[in-house]
Amino acid sequence: MIHIENLTKYYGKNPAVNNISFDIGDGEVVGFLGPNGAGKSTTMNILTGYLSSTSGVCTIDGIDILENPGEAKKRIGFLPEVPPLYPDMTPLEYLNFIYDLKKCTLNRKKHIDEIISVMRLGDYKDRLISHLSKGYKQRVGIAGALISNPKVLIFDEPTIGLDPRQIIEIRELIRSLGKNHTIILSTHILPEVQAVCDRIIIIDKGTIRADKATSDINELAENKKRFTIQIAGPRQEVEGVLRRVEGVQSVEYLSTSKNNGTLYRVQCKPGYDSRKRIFTALAERQWPIMELNTLGTSLEDIFIALTSKQ
Amino acid sequence: MLAIYKREMKAYFSTFIGYAFIASFLIISGVFFTLAVLAQAADADVTVYYAGVIYSFVVLIPLLTMKLFTDEKRLRTETVLLTSPVSLFSIVFAKFLAAFTMFSMTLGISCINLIPMYVYGDQNTMIILGNLLSILLIGAAFISVGVFLSSVTENQLVAAVSTIAVIGLFLVIGMFSTSIGFTPLRVVLNFFSVFNRYTYFTYGIIDYAALIYYLSISVLFIFLTVRVFERRRWA
Repeated sequence: MIHIENLTKYYGKNPAVNNISFDIGDGEVVGFLGPNGAGKSTTMNILTGYLSSTSGVCTIDGIDILENPGEAKKRIGFLPEVPPLYPDMTPLEYLNFIYDLKKCTLNRKKHIDEIISVMRLGDYKDRLISHLSKGYKQRVGIAGALISNPKVLIFDEPTIGLDPRQIIEIRELIRSLGKNHTIILSTHILPEVQAVCDRIIIIDKGTIRADKATSDINELAENKKRFTIQIAGPRQEVEGVLRRVEGVQSVEYLSTSKNNGTLYRVQCKPGYDSRKRIFTALAERQWPIMELNTLGTSLEDIFIALTSKQ
Repeated sequence: MLAIYKREMKAYFSTFIGYAFIASFLIISGVFFTLAVLAQAADADVTVYYAGVIYSFVVLIPLLTMKLFTDEKRLRTETVLLTSPVSLFSIVFAKFLAAFTMFSMTLGISCINLIPMYVYGDQNTMIILGNLLSILLIGAAFISVGVFLSSVTENQLVAAVSTIAVIGLFLVIGMFSTSIGFTPLRVVLNFFSVFNRYTYFTYGIIDYAALIYYLSISVLFIFLTVRVFERRRWA
């Protein structure tokens, strides 16, 4: 659906996006991750035809955005970081305006009513946009992107500045839209991509650092095992035994409780899972494990590891 | 294009700017009409009245144009225009057309000033029509200058002040040309002078050279505005 090949964009002498390539298939929901200034927004702006690339190819549904911008743009719904809303319009007027702007041919009233009900804007459709809260403005922005039912939806930081309940709503909405749209979503919020996306592209300093299925990224995280363990036994000795177990990299004392023993955080060496060995070692000494919680390496760790590598 | 045009027209009336423009245009033209026509009795000259109106464009035209593109940038709404399947020319021209509609509509309303002239005397309608045509052309040229200047800045005030400066320059350029001894410079200044060109219209004659001159100013600045957006896209 989206094909990007050797895309490069220079601002003056500085490359904002440097020779990136990727393909996104029909119905995929892809998370675009990267620190500020990584080139996420630039890539999105090129995809939507807002900016031109210095070199490289970018096609939407087989249509080159530079050669035939009119046709390509009809296939895209774009929500920029700041929703492009006119404060002196009502949501209904705004959606009608976008409908005309996109030269939409669907039944006007039916289509707009449908979007208003999906976005739950019914009670607000006749209020001035300037009087709406941030969350509702965001919804109007997304509603605008949905007009003409484009195949590709591009959302730049769609949940920024929303309260937790709204964030969950918007995420659910994006997930449901993913059933019949191709979606690219940029965000700083890592659990968001884990929750919503099938695939994650990590971009830094204009180049792609990782391009993996979300499940693979989670597996990558599994690779570095970390867990907390609570053991009923004498503190010093238990700590000594834990350290000697094969594959354990570090043991950190956390707290002691009267009835349930002592809590430690254990970090395994890469590729090792020492949980079974720890069990055997403790069982030999009859020190019961009261509790064991694995801590998955967060996406943050992977992200930092990938983006700080030079 | 129609969508953007309609939106702009609506925006003129949902903000106070449209009303401010109409009111100031009518007040200023009314004052000039009283001074140049009604107070002059037999010496009344409709051309003097319209010359006064043209001078007032220095402040009136920026009212119409200063927010056309600056607001889009400030509100970040230009993304929705630039990522929609509408050509840059259509975007620019729709905005130009909206400003021009406001302008010609108000000029039309101001024609009620002329009623007493017809009631109390015989008028040469061709002279009046010539004046109106030239004003429409000059207005279009100045509006396109304003559209261009609103596209190069994010600040309404900068857009307004620079438009005032450029329109002012167009208007005074011809005044000083007679006092310049250096012939080539005088010829150049006369060429660019908006006023020297418009004389024939005030006799009720359509001066095609002037017509083309005014239209080319409009086309030039609309073209430059499109270029501003193209350049930004490629920058």
